[in-house]
Amino acid sequence: MMQTELTVLENNKIAEETVEMKLGINNANPATDIGNFTPGQFLHVKVGESDTALLRRPISIADIDGNGNITIIFKISGRGTDMLSKRTSGSRVNALLPCGTGYPVDNLKLDTALLVGGGIGVPPLYYLGKTLAGSGTRIISILGFQKAEHVFYKEKFAELGESIIVTDDGSYGEKGLVTDCLSKMDIDFDCFFSCGPTPMLRAVTNKLSGRPGYISVEQRMGCGIGACYACVVPVKGETGFKKICKDGPVFAANEVSL
Amino acid sequence: MISLETKLPGLHLKNPIMPASGCFGFGREFSELYDLNKLGAVVIKAATQDPRYGNQTPRVAETAAGMLNAIGLQNPGVETICTDELPFLSQFKTPVIANVAGSTIEEYASVAKRLDESGLIQALELNISCPNVKEGGIQFGKDPVLAAEVTAQVKRTVAVPVYVKLSPNTADIVQMAKAVEGAGADGLSMINTLTGMQIDLSSKKPLLANQTGGLSGPAIKPIAIRMIYEVRQHSGLPIIGMGGISTAEDVLEFLLAGANAVAVGTANIHDPFACVNIINRLPQLLEKYGFQNMEEAVGGGIRNEANISGS
Repeated sequence: MMQTELTVLENNKIAEETVEMKLGINNANPATDIGNFTPGQFLHVKVGESDTALLRRPISIADIDGNGNITIIFKISGRGTDMLSKRTSGSRVNALLPCGTGYPVDNLKLDTALLVGGGIGVPPLYYLGKTLAGSGTRIISILGFQKAEHVFYKEKFAELGESIIVTDDGSYGEKGLVTDCLSKMDIDFDCFFSCGPTPMLRAVTNKLSGRPGYISVEQRMGCGIGACYACVVPVKGETGFKKICKDGPVFAANEVSL
Repeated sequence: MISLETKLPGLHLKNPIMPASGCFGFGREFSELYDLNKLGAVVIKAATQDPRYGNQTPRVAETAAGMLNAIGLQNPGVETICTDELPFLSQFKTPVIANVAGSTIEEYASVAKRLDESGLIQALELNISCPNVKEGGIQFGKDPVLAAEVTAQVKRTVAVPVYVKLSPNTADIVQMAKAVEGAGADGLSMINTLTGMQIDLSSKKPLLANQTGGLSGPAIKPIAIRMIYEVRQHSGLPIIGMGGISTAEDVLEFLLAGANAVAVGTANIHDPFACVNIINRLPQLLEKYGFQNMEEAVGGGIRNEANISGS
Protein backbone atom coordinates (compact mmCIF):
# COMPACT_ATOMS: atom_id res chain seq x y z
CA MET A 1 0.00 0.00 0.00
CA MET A 2 1.11 3.54 -0.63
CA GLN A 3 -0.08 7.06 0.00
CA THR A 4 0.03 9.09 -3.14
CA GLU A 5 -1.23 12.23 -4.84
CA LEU A 6 -3.38 11.23 -7.78
CA THR A 7 -4.19 13.64 -10.58
CA VAL A 8 -7.81 14.09 -11.64
CA LEU A 9 -7.92 13.36 -15.36
CA GLU A 10 -11.67 13.42 -15.83
CA ASN A 11 -14.68 14.30 -13.69
CA ASN A 12 -17.98 13.24 -15.24
CA LYS A 13 -21.47 13.29 -13.82
CA ILE A 14 -22.84 9.96 -15.02
CA ALA A 15 -26.15 9.85 -13.14
CA GLU A 16 -28.05 11.84 -10.55
CA GLU A 17 -25.64 12.69 -7.71
CA THR A 18 -23.19 10.19 -9.18
CA VAL A 19 -19.66 11.12 -10.23
CA GLU A 20 -17.19 9.12 -12.29
CA MET A 21 -13.64 10.30 -11.72
CA LYS A 22 -10.61 9.11 -13.62
CA LEU A 23 -7.37 9.41 -11.65
CA GLY A 24 -3.78 9.11 -12.79
CA ILE A 25 -0.99 7.88 -10.55
CA ASN A 26 2.09 10.08 -10.73
CA ASN A 27 5.54 8.53 -10.54
CA ALA A 28 4.19 5.02 -10.41
CA ASN A 29 5.17 2.09 -12.52
CA PRO A 30 1.86 0.78 -13.95
CA ALA A 31 3.24 -2.72 -14.40
CA THR A 32 4.47 -3.22 -10.85
CA ASP A 33 2.28 -0.87 -8.84
CA ILE A 34 -1.08 -1.11 -10.56
CA GLY A 35 -0.56 -4.69 -11.72
CA ASN A 36 -1.14 -5.98 -8.20
CA PHE A 37 -4.47 -4.20 -7.67
CA THR A 38 -7.39 -6.62 -7.53
CA PRO A 39 -11.08 -5.95 -8.15
CA GLY A 40 -12.85 -5.23 -4.88
CA GLN A 41 -9.98 -3.24 -3.42
CA PHE A 42 -10.53 0.40 -2.65
CA LEU A 43 -8.90 3.82 -2.41
CA HIS A 44 -9.02 5.58 0.96
CA VAL A 45 -9.45 9.13 -0.21
CA LYS A 46 -8.59 12.25 1.76
CA VAL A 47 -11.41 14.60 0.80
CA GLY A 48 -10.49 17.50 3.06
CA GLU A 49 -8.26 18.59 5.91
CA SER A 50 -8.52 17.41 9.51
CA ASP A 51 -10.62 20.43 10.41
CA THR A 52 -12.98 20.12 7.44
CA ALA A 53 -13.35 16.39 6.74
CA LEU A 54 -11.16 14.38 9.06
CA LEU A 55 -12.12 10.88 7.97
CA ARG A 56 -11.01 9.56 4.62
CA ARG A 57 -13.69 8.11 2.33
CA PRO A 58 -13.31 4.54 1.12
CA ILE A 59 -14.16 4.37 -2.60
CA SER A 60 -13.86 1.17 -4.59
CA ILE A 61 -11.95 0.81 -7.80
CA ALA A 62 -14.45 0.81 -10.69
CA ASP A 63 -11.90 0.26 -13.44
CA ILE A 64 -8.22 0.45 -14.33
CA ASP A 65 -7.36 1.14 -17.94
CA GLY A 66 -4.38 0.01 -19.99
CA ASN A 67 -2.40 3.10 -18.98
CA GLY A 68 -2.85 2.39 -15.28
CA ASN A 69 -5.41 5.15 -14.77
CA ILE A 70 -7.95 4.37 -12.07
CA THR A 71 -11.67 5.09 -12.32
CA ILE A 72 -13.73 5.61 -9.18
CA ILE A 73 -17.46 6.19 -9.04
CA PHE A 74 -19.10 7.72 -5.99
CA LYS A 75 -22.41 9.14 -4.95
CA ILE A 76 -22.60 12.62 -3.49
CA SER A 77 -24.15 11.63 -0.19
CA GLY A 78 -22.74 14.20 2.20
CA ARG A 79 -20.28 17.02 2.68
CA GLY A 80 -17.16 14.93 2.09
CA THR A 81 -18.23 13.41 -1.20
CA ASP A 82 -19.57 16.80 -2.25
CA MET A 83 -16.11 18.31 -1.63
CA LEU A 84 -14.51 15.51 -3.65
CA SER A 85 -16.98 15.93 -6.52
CA LYS A 86 -15.74 19.49 -7.04
CA ARG A 87 -12.17 18.45 -7.89
CA THR A 88 -11.74 19.34 -11.50
CA SER A 89 -9.38 18.02 -14.11
CA GLY A 90 -5.75 18.64 -13.14
CA SER A 91 -6.32 18.90 -9.40
CA ARG A 92 -4.79 16.47 -6.92
CA VAL A 93 -6.44 13.82 -4.76
CA ASN A 94 -4.54 12.22 -1.89
CA ALA A 95 -5.31 8.55 -1.44
CA LEU A 96 -4.07 5.41 0.24
CA LEU A 97 -4.09 2.59 -2.26
CA PRO A 98 -4.74 -0.17 -2.88
CA CYS A 99 -6.60 -0.90 0.37
CA GLY A 100 -8.19 -4.11 1.55
CA THR A 101 -8.54 -7.59 0.17
CA GLY A 102 -10.42 -7.90 -3.09
CA TYR A 103 -12.15 -10.74 -4.93
CA PRO A 104 -9.87 -13.79 -5.29
CA VAL A 105 -9.96 -13.60 -9.09
CA ASP A 106 -6.67 -15.41 -9.62
CA ASN A 107 -7.85 -18.50 -7.76
CA LEU A 108 -11.20 -18.81 -9.52
CA LYS A 109 -11.75 -20.81 -12.67
CA LEU A 110 -15.34 -20.07 -13.59
CA ASP A 111 -17.58 -20.78 -16.54
CA THR A 112 -20.24 -18.32 -15.46
CA ALA A 113 -20.16 -15.56 -12.87
CA LEU A 114 -23.27 -13.83 -11.57
CA LEU A 115 -22.77 -10.21 -10.51
CA VAL A 116 -25.43 -8.69 -8.26
CA GLY A 117 -24.99 -5.00 -7.54
CA GLY A 118 -27.05 -2.31 -5.89
CA GLY A 119 -26.61 1.46 -6.31
CA ILE A 120 -23.14 2.62 -5.43
CA GLY A 121 -22.18 -1.05 -4.92
CA VAL A 122 -22.23 -1.48 -8.70
CA PRO A 123 -18.81 0.12 -9.53
CA PRO A 124 -16.43 -2.56 -8.13
CA LEU A 125 -18.42 -5.21 -9.98
CA TYR A 126 -17.53 -3.58 -13.26
CA TYR A 127 -13.79 -3.99 -12.73
CA LEU A 128 -14.43 -7.51 -11.46
CA GLY A 129 -16.62 -8.40 -14.44
CA LYS A 130 -14.12 -6.95 -16.88
CA THR A 131 -11.28 -8.92 -15.27
CA LEU A 132 -13.26 -12.19 -15.22
CA ALA A 133 -14.51 -11.70 -18.78
CA GLY A 134 -10.91 -11.15 -19.83
CA SER A 135 -10.07 -14.66 -18.66
CA GLY A 136 -13.00 -16.18 -20.53
CA THR A 137 -15.70 -16.24 -17.87
CA ARG A 138 -19.28 -15.66 -19.01
CA ILE A 139 -20.78 -12.71 -17.13
CA ILE A 140 -24.39 -12.24 -16.10
CA SER A 141 -25.17 -9.10 -14.16
CA ILE A 142 -28.22 -7.94 -12.25
CA LEU A 143 -27.94 -4.32 -11.23
CA GLY A 144 -30.41 -2.53 -9.01
CA PHE A 145 -30.97 1.21 -8.75
CA GLN A 146 -33.61 3.34 -7.04
CA LYS A 147 -34.87 4.97 -10.23
CA ALA A 148 -33.98 5.65 -13.85
CA GLU A 149 -32.03 8.81 -13.02
CA HIS A 150 -29.60 6.76 -10.90
CA VAL A 151 -28.77 4.16 -13.53
CA PHE A 152 -25.19 4.16 -14.81
CA TYR A 153 -22.82 1.87 -16.73
CA LYS A 154 -25.68 -0.07 -18.37
CA GLU A 155 -23.84 -0.15 -21.72
CA LYS A 156 -20.55 -1.11 -20.12
CA PHE A 157 -22.09 -4.08 -18.32
CA ALA A 158 -23.95 -5.03 -21.50
CA GLU A 159 -20.57 -5.28 -23.25
CA LEU A 160 -19.46 -7.84 -20.64
CA GLY A 161 -22.45 -10.14 -21.13
CA GLU A 162 -26.10 -10.48 -20.26
CA SER A 163 -27.15 -7.55 -18.11
CA ILE A 164 -30.44 -6.88 -16.35
CA ILE A 165 -31.30 -3.52 -14.82
CA VAL A 166 -33.84 -3.33 -12.00
CA THR A 167 -35.27 -0.17 -10.46
CA ASP A 168 -37.27 0.13 -7.25
CA ASP A 169 -40.00 2.13 -8.98
CA GLY A 170 -39.82 0.46 -12.39
CA SER A 171 -38.79 3.70 -14.08
CA TYR A 172 -36.06 1.80 -15.91
CA GLY A 173 -35.77 -1.91 -16.71
CA GLU A 174 -37.54 -4.38 -14.46
CA LYS A 175 -39.52 -3.12 -11.46
CA GLY A 176 -38.58 -4.36 -8.01
CA LEU A 177 -35.47 -5.52 -6.22
CA VAL A 178 -32.50 -7.53 -7.44
CA THR A 179 -33.72 -10.46 -5.33
CA ASP A 180 -37.10 -10.41 -7.15
CA CYS A 181 -35.11 -10.89 -10.31
CA LEU A 182 -33.15 -13.78 -8.76
CA SER A 183 -36.47 -15.44 -7.83
CA LYS A 184 -37.99 -15.07 -11.28
CA MET A 185 -35.01 -16.24 -13.28
CA ASP A 186 -33.42 -19.61 -13.38
CA ILE A 187 -29.79 -18.58 -13.69
CA ASP A 188 -27.04 -21.10 -14.06
CA PHE A 189 -23.80 -19.87 -12.53
CA ASP A 190 -20.72 -21.16 -10.69
CA CYS A 191 -20.19 -18.31 -8.30
CA PHE A 192 -21.96 -15.07 -7.40
CA PHE A 193 -20.40 -11.75 -6.51
CA SER A 194 -22.41 -9.06 -4.76
CA CYS A 195 -21.87 -5.51 -3.59
CA GLY A 196 -24.42 -3.02 -2.34
CA PRO A 197 -26.21 -1.79 0.76
CA THR A 198 -26.25 -4.21 3.71
CA PRO A 199 -30.01 -5.02 3.49
CA MET A 200 -29.50 -5.99 -0.15
CA LEU A 201 -26.46 -8.15 0.66
CA ARG A 202 -28.46 -9.84 3.42
CA ALA A 203 -31.32 -10.57 1.01
CA VAL A 204 -28.99 -11.79 -1.73
CA THR A 205 -26.99 -14.11 0.53
CA ASN A 206 -30.22 -15.50 2.00
CA LYS A 207 -31.65 -16.09 -1.44
CA LEU A 208 -28.46 -17.73 -2.73
CA SER A 209 -27.56 -19.45 0.52
CA GLY A 210 -25.54 -22.58 -0.08
CA ARG A 211 -24.20 -21.30 -3.39
CA PRO A 212 -20.54 -20.25 -3.63
CA GLY A 213 -20.25 -16.51 -3.58
CA TYR A 214 -18.42 -13.41 -2.42
CA ILE A 215 -19.81 -10.20 -1.01
CA SER A 216 -18.26 -6.79 -0.50
CA VAL A 217 -19.28 -5.23 2.81
CA GLU A 218 -19.45 -1.54 3.68
CA GLN A 219 -19.19 0.22 7.02
CA ARG A 220 -18.13 3.59 8.42
CA MET A 221 -14.37 3.43 8.31
CA GLY A 222 -11.50 4.98 10.22
CA CYS A 223 -7.86 4.47 9.26
CA GLY A 224 -8.50 2.11 6.33
CA ILE A 225 -5.37 0.08 7.07
CA GLY A 226 -6.52 -2.19 9.90
CA ALA A 227 -5.13 -0.28 12.86
CA CYS A 228 -8.11 1.43 14.47
CA TYR A 229 -10.71 -1.38 14.63
CA ALA A 230 -13.55 0.94 13.58
CA CYS A 231 -14.95 -1.00 10.63
CA VAL A 232 -15.57 -4.57 11.68
CA VAL A 233 -18.09 -7.24 10.79
CA PRO A 234 -19.05 -10.20 12.99
CA VAL A 235 -17.72 -13.58 11.91
CA LYS A 236 -20.49 -16.09 11.26
CA GLY A 237 -20.75 -18.91 13.79
CA GLU A 238 -18.17 -17.67 16.27
CA THR A 239 -17.51 -14.75 18.58
CA GLY A 240 -15.34 -12.11 17.04
CA PHE A 241 -14.95 -9.64 14.25
CA LYS A 242 -13.10 -9.34 10.97
CA LYS A 243 -11.68 -5.99 9.87
CA ILE A 244 -13.53 -4.78 6.79
CA CYS A 245 -10.70 -2.52 5.62
CA LYS A 246 -8.00 -5.17 5.89
CA ASP A 247 -9.52 -8.67 5.86
CA GLY A 248 -12.27 -7.39 3.54
CA PRO A 249 -14.15 -5.56 2.15
CA VAL A 250 -14.66 -8.80 0.20
CA PHE A 251 -15.62 -11.88 2.19
CA ALA A 252 -16.90 -15.30 1.24
CA ALA A 253 -20.71 -15.06 1.43
CA ASN A 254 -20.91 -17.50 4.37
CA GLU A 255 -17.97 -16.02 6.28
CA VAL A 256 -19.57 -13.00 7.98
CA SER A 257 -22.86 -12.09 9.66
CA LEU A 258 -24.64 -9.13 8.14
CA MET B 1 19.80 20.94 14.21
CA ILE B 2 18.02 20.99 17.56
CA SER B 3 18.04 17.60 19.27
CA LEU B 4 14.61 16.21 20.02
CA GLU B 5 15.96 13.71 22.56
CA THR B 6 13.64 13.52 25.54
CA LYS B 7 14.10 11.78 28.87
CA LEU B 8 11.10 10.74 30.92
CA PRO B 9 10.95 8.27 33.81
CA GLY B 10 11.88 4.89 32.32
CA LEU B 11 11.94 6.27 28.80
CA HIS B 12 14.81 7.55 26.74
CA LEU B 13 13.12 8.91 23.64
CA LYS B 14 14.76 9.90 20.34
CA ASN B 15 12.05 12.48 20.05
CA PRO B 16 8.96 13.41 22.05
CA ILE B 17 6.48 12.11 19.45
CA MET B 18 4.54 8.88 19.88
CA PRO B 19 1.32 7.55 18.40
CA ALA B 20 -1.51 7.55 20.94
CA SER B 21 -3.04 4.34 22.19
CA GLY B 22 -5.88 3.03 20.07
CA CYS B 23 -4.97 4.86 16.88
CA PHE B 24 -2.01 2.67 16.01
CA GLY B 25 -3.10 -0.89 16.83
CA PHE B 26 0.03 -2.81 17.77
CA GLY B 27 2.12 -1.11 15.11
CA ARG B 28 2.05 -3.80 12.42
CA GLU B 29 0.01 -1.88 9.84
CA PHE B 30 2.03 1.31 10.22
CA SER B 31 5.30 -0.64 10.02
CA GLU B 32 4.35 -1.41 6.42
CA LEU B 33 4.22 2.33 5.72
CA TYR B 34 7.33 3.59 7.55
CA ASP B 35 10.15 2.56 9.84
CA LEU B 36 8.86 2.54 13.42
CA ASN B 37 12.41 3.34 14.59
CA LYS B 38 11.59 6.93 13.64
CA LEU B 39 9.10 7.25 16.50
CA GLY B 40 9.90 8.44 20.00
CA ALA B 41 7.84 5.57 21.40
CA VAL B 42 4.90 3.37 20.48
CA VAL B 43 1.81 3.27 22.70
CA ILE B 44 -0.10 0.08 22.03
CA LYS B 45 -3.84 -0.41 22.01
CA ALA B 46 -5.35 -1.06 25.44
CA ALA B 47 -4.80 -4.50 26.93
CA THR B 48 -7.37 -6.20 29.13
CA GLN B 49 -7.15 -9.51 30.98
CA ASP B 50 -9.43 -11.42 28.60
CA PRO B 51 -10.01 -10.84 24.89
CA ARG B 52 -12.59 -8.15 24.22
CA TYR B 53 -14.59 -8.12 21.03
CA GLY B 54 -15.62 -4.49 21.25
CA ASN B 55 -18.84 -2.67 20.44
CA GLN B 56 -21.25 -3.17 17.57
CA THR B 57 -20.92 -0.94 14.49
CA PRO B 58 -21.05 1.91 13.55
CA ARG B 59 -18.08 2.67 15.75
CA VAL B 60 -16.98 6.00 14.24
CA ALA B 61 -18.60 9.21 13.06
CA GLU B 62 -17.11 12.38 11.64
CA THR B 63 -17.76 15.64 13.48
CA ALA B 64 -16.73 19.26 12.95
CA ALA B 65 -12.91 19.19 13.15
CA GLY B 66 -12.94 15.78 14.73
CA MET B 67 -14.52 12.41 15.12
CA LEU B 68 -16.39 10.27 17.60
CA ASN B 69 -15.31 6.73 18.27
CA ALA B 70 -16.69 3.90 20.35
CA ILE B 71 -14.52 0.90 19.53
CA GLY B 72 -15.03 -0.65 22.95
CA LEU B 73 -11.47 -1.73 23.81
CA GLN B 74 -11.38 -4.54 21.25
CA ASN B 75 -8.15 -6.43 21.92
CA PRO B 76 -6.98 -10.04 21.97
CA GLY B 77 -6.27 -10.06 25.73
CA VAL B 78 -3.01 -9.52 27.57
CA GLU B 79 -1.65 -13.03 27.06
CA THR B 80 -1.89 -12.90 23.27
CA ILE B 81 -0.53 -9.37 23.28
CA CYS B 82 2.53 -10.57 25.21
CA THR B 83 3.12 -13.61 23.02
CA ASP B 84 2.10 -12.33 19.55
CA GLU B 85 2.22 -8.54 19.44
CA LEU B 86 5.00 -7.32 21.72
CA PRO B 87 7.70 -9.60 20.23
CA PHE B 88 6.96 -7.99 16.85
CA LEU B 89 7.52 -4.52 18.29
CA SER B 90 10.72 -5.58 20.05
CA GLN B 91 12.54 -5.66 16.69
CA PHE B 92 12.48 -1.86 16.72
CA LYS B 93 14.72 0.34 18.84
CA THR B 94 11.67 2.23 20.01
CA PRO B 95 10.36 2.07 23.57
CA VAL B 96 6.92 0.50 23.98
CA ILE B 97 4.34 1.90 26.36
CA ALA B 98 1.54 -0.53 27.12
CA ASN B 99 -1.92 0.88 27.73
CA VAL B 100 -3.79 -1.06 30.43
CA ALA B 101 -7.56 -1.10 30.93
CA GLY B 102 -9.68 -3.00 33.39
CA SER B 103 -12.90 -3.13 35.30
CA THR B 104 -11.48 -3.84 38.74
CA ILE B 105 -8.31 -2.84 40.59
CA GLU B 106 -7.31 -6.52 40.54
CA GLU B 107 -7.65 -6.67 36.75
CA TYR B 108 -5.50 -3.57 36.28
CA ALA B 109 -2.84 -5.04 38.57
CA SER B 110 -2.93 -8.45 36.94
CA VAL B 111 -2.72 -7.10 33.37
CA ALA B 112 0.04 -4.68 34.38
CA LYS B 113 1.99 -7.51 36.05
CA ARG B 114 1.81 -9.73 32.96
CA LEU B 115 3.00 -6.90 30.71
CA ASP B 116 5.80 -5.98 33.10
CA GLU B 117 6.95 -9.60 33.34
CA SER B 118 7.08 -9.90 29.55
CA GLY B 119 10.16 -7.69 29.65
CA LEU B 120 9.01 -6.24 26.34
CA ILE B 121 7.63 -2.90 27.52
CA GLN B 122 9.36 0.11 28.99
CA ALA B 123 6.39 1.80 30.65
CA LEU B 124 2.71 1.43 31.39
CA GLU B 125 -0.11 3.83 30.67
CA LEU B 126 -3.05 3.25 32.99
CA ASN B 127 -6.21 3.85 31.03
CA ILE B 128 -8.61 5.05 33.70
CA SER B 129 -10.47 7.09 31.15
CA CYS B 130 -12.00 5.00 28.36
CA PRO B 131 -15.49 6.44 27.96
CA ASN B 132 -16.74 3.69 25.64
CA VAL B 133 -17.29 0.65 27.81
CA LYS B 134 -19.27 0.49 31.03
CA GLU B 135 -16.51 -1.38 32.78
CA GLY B 136 -13.63 0.29 30.95
CA GLY B 137 -12.15 2.17 33.81
CA ILE B 138 -13.88 5.52 33.46
CA GLN B 139 -15.24 5.15 37.00
CA PHE B 140 -11.62 5.24 38.18
CA GLY B 141 -11.05 8.32 36.05
CA LYS B 142 -13.82 10.34 37.68
CA ASP B 143 -13.15 9.55 41.32
CA PRO B 144 -9.83 10.73 42.78
CA VAL B 145 -9.97 8.15 45.60
CA LEU B 146 -10.44 5.23 43.19
CA ALA B 147 -7.83 6.68 40.82
CA ALA B 148 -5.30 6.82 43.65
CA GLU B 149 -6.14 3.27 44.75
CA VAL B 150 -5.67 1.74 41.31
CA THR B 151 -2.46 3.71 40.77
CA ALA B 152 -1.03 2.63 44.12
CA GLN B 153 -1.94 -1.00 43.55
CA VAL B 154 -0.36 -1.11 40.08
CA LYS B 155 2.74 0.70 41.39
CA ARG B 156 3.11 -1.97 44.08
CA THR B 157 2.87 -4.69 41.40
CA VAL B 158 5.21 -3.56 38.63
CA ALA B 159 8.78 -2.36 38.19
CA VAL B 160 8.31 -0.22 35.08
CA PRO B 161 7.19 3.40 35.43
CA VAL B 162 3.47 4.05 35.44
CA TYR B 163 1.85 6.91 33.55
CA VAL B 164 -1.78 7.53 34.39
CA LYS B 165 -4.01 8.62 31.51
CA LEU B 166 -6.45 11.21 32.76
CA SER B 167 -9.97 11.76 31.54
CA PRO B 168 -11.23 15.22 30.65
CA ASN B 169 -14.70 14.00 31.64
CA THR B 170 -14.20 15.21 35.19
CA ALA B 171 -15.04 18.34 37.08
CA ASP B 172 -11.55 18.97 38.43
CA ILE B 173 -8.60 17.65 36.42
CA VAL B 174 -6.06 19.12 38.87
CA GLN B 175 -7.57 17.16 41.73
CA MET B 176 -7.28 13.96 39.68
CA ALA B 177 -3.65 14.70 38.80
CA LYS B 178 -2.77 15.38 42.42
CA ALA B 179 -4.52 12.20 43.54
CA VAL B 180 -2.53 9.91 41.24
CA GLU B 181 0.69 11.82 41.92
CA GLY B 182 0.15 11.23 45.62
CA ALA B 183 -0.39 7.54 44.91
CA GLY B 184 3.01 7.25 43.25
CA ALA B 185 2.35 7.78 39.54
CA ASP B 186 5.56 8.39 37.59
CA GLY B 187 3.86 10.53 34.99
CA LEU B 188 0.58 11.67 33.50
CA SER B 189 -0.82 11.34 30.04
CA MET B 190 -3.64 13.62 29.10
CA ILE B 191 -6.20 13.97 27.78
CA ASN B 192 -8.37 11.04 26.72
CA THR B 193 -11.44 11.73 24.57
CA LEU B 194 -14.49 13.72 25.64
CA THR B 195 -17.81 11.92 25.70
CA GLY B 196 -20.08 13.02 22.87
CA MET B 197 -23.01 11.95 20.73
CA GLN B 198 -24.27 12.42 17.19
CA ILE B 199 -27.85 11.78 16.12
CA ASP B 200 -28.54 10.49 12.64
CA LEU B 201 -31.35 12.45 10.99
CA SER B 202 -32.55 9.53 8.85
CA SER B 203 -32.88 6.99 11.63
CA LYS B 204 -33.54 9.71 14.25
CA LYS B 205 -31.34 7.74 16.64
CA PRO B 206 -27.76 8.04 17.91
CA LEU B 207 -25.47 7.22 15.00
CA LEU B 208 -22.99 5.16 16.99
CA ALA B 209 -24.14 1.71 18.05
CA ASN B 210 -22.79 2.50 21.51
CA GLN B 211 -24.86 5.72 21.42
CA THR B 212 -22.06 7.81 22.94
CA GLY B 213 -18.47 7.97 21.78
CA GLY B 214 -15.20 9.69 22.54
CA LEU B 215 -14.63 12.97 20.74
CA SER B 216 -11.11 13.48 19.42
CA GLY B 217 -9.30 15.52 16.79
CA PRO B 218 -8.51 19.24 16.41
CA ALA B 219 -11.86 20.12 18.02
CA ILE B 220 -10.61 19.10 21.48
CA LYS B 221 -7.14 20.65 21.31
CA PRO B 222 -7.96 23.84 23.26
CA ILE B 223 -9.42 21.74 26.07
CA ALA B 224 -6.29 19.59 26.24
CA ILE B 225 -4.06 22.66 26.24
CA ARG B 226 -6.06 24.27 29.02
CA MET B 227 -6.04 21.13 31.16
CA ILE B 228 -2.29 20.55 30.74
CA TYR B 229 -1.64 24.22 31.50
CA GLU B 230 -3.65 23.91 34.72
CA VAL B 231 -2.13 20.61 35.82
CA ARG B 232 1.42 21.78 35.08
CA GLN B 233 1.03 24.52 37.64
CA HIS B 234 0.12 22.05 40.37
CA SER B 235 2.11 18.95 39.58
CA GLY B 236 5.76 18.20 39.01
CA LEU B 237 5.02 14.97 37.15
CA PRO B 238 6.10 14.68 33.54
CA ILE B 239 3.15 14.99 31.17
CA ILE B 240 2.62 13.20 27.87
CA GLY B 241 0.19 15.59 26.21
CA MET B 242 -2.42 14.65 23.63
CA GLY B 243 -5.70 15.82 22.19
CA GLY B 244 -6.04 16.95 18.59
CA ILE B 245 -2.36 17.21 17.66
CA SER B 246 -1.87 17.10 13.91
CA THR B 247 1.05 19.47 13.19
CA ALA B 248 4.45 20.42 14.62
CA GLU B 249 2.88 23.75 15.61
CA ASP B 250 0.38 21.86 17.73
CA VAL B 251 3.25 20.01 19.42
CA LEU B 252 5.00 23.26 20.30
CA GLU B 253 1.76 24.57 21.76
CA PHE B 254 1.52 21.46 23.98
CA LEU B 255 5.14 21.86 25.07
CA LEU B 256 4.53 25.50 25.95
CA ALA B 257 1.48 24.50 27.98
CA GLY B 258 3.69 22.16 29.99
CA ALA B 259 3.76 18.80 28.24
CA ASN B 260 7.15 17.03 28.18
CA ALA B 261 6.27 14.76 25.27
CA VAL B 262 3.19 14.28 23.12
CA ALA B 263 1.05 11.57 21.61
CA VAL B 264 -0.57 11.89 18.20
CA GLY B 265 -3.85 10.02 17.86
CA THR B 266 -6.63 10.86 15.46
CA ALA B 267 -4.24 12.58 13.03
CA ASN B 268 -2.90 9.11 12.11
CA ILE B 269 -6.33 8.27 10.78
CA HIS B 270 -6.42 11.34 8.58
CA ASP B 271 -2.80 10.95 7.50
CA PRO B 272 -0.91 7.77 8.42
CA PHE B 273 2.38 9.66 8.08
CA ALA B 274 1.35 12.33 10.61
CA CYS B 275 3.90 11.32 13.28
CA VAL B 276 6.81 11.18 10.85
CA ASN B 277 5.91 14.50 9.27
CA ILE B 278 5.76 16.14 12.70
CA ILE B 279 9.11 14.63 13.76
CA ASN B 280 10.75 15.88 10.58
CA ARG B 281 9.38 19.37 10.96
CA LEU B 282 9.71 19.98 14.73
CA PRO B 283 13.44 20.95 14.90
CA GLN B 284 12.99 23.73 12.31
CA LEU B 285 9.90 24.95 14.06
CA LEU B 286 11.64 25.14 17.46
CA GLU B 287 14.41 27.07 15.77
CA LYS B 288 11.97 29.39 14.07
CA TYR B 289 10.52 30.37 17.44
CA GLY B 290 13.94 30.92 18.97
CA PHE B 291 14.40 27.82 21.11
CA GLN B 292 17.88 26.35 21.59
CA ASN B 293 16.52 23.02 22.83
CA MET B 294 13.35 21.15 23.72
CA GLU B 295 13.56 21.84 27.46
CA GLU B 296 13.30 25.58 26.92
CA ALA B 297 9.92 25.12 25.33
CA VAL B 298 8.40 22.89 28.02
CA GLY B 299 6.13 24.97 30.19
CA GLY B 300 7.41 28.11 28.51
CA GLY B 301 3.91 29.37 27.97
CA ILE B 302 2.98 29.44 31.61
CA ARG B 303 2.83 32.96 32.98
CA ASN B 304 3.92 32.20 36.54
CA GLU B 305 7.05 30.15 35.94
CA ALA B 306 7.87 29.94 39.63
CA ASN B 307 5.29 27.19 39.96
CA ILE B 308 6.91 24.86 37.47
CA SER B 309 8.86 22.11 39.08
CA GLY B 310 8.97 19.52 36.30
CA SER B 311 10.58 19.65 32.90
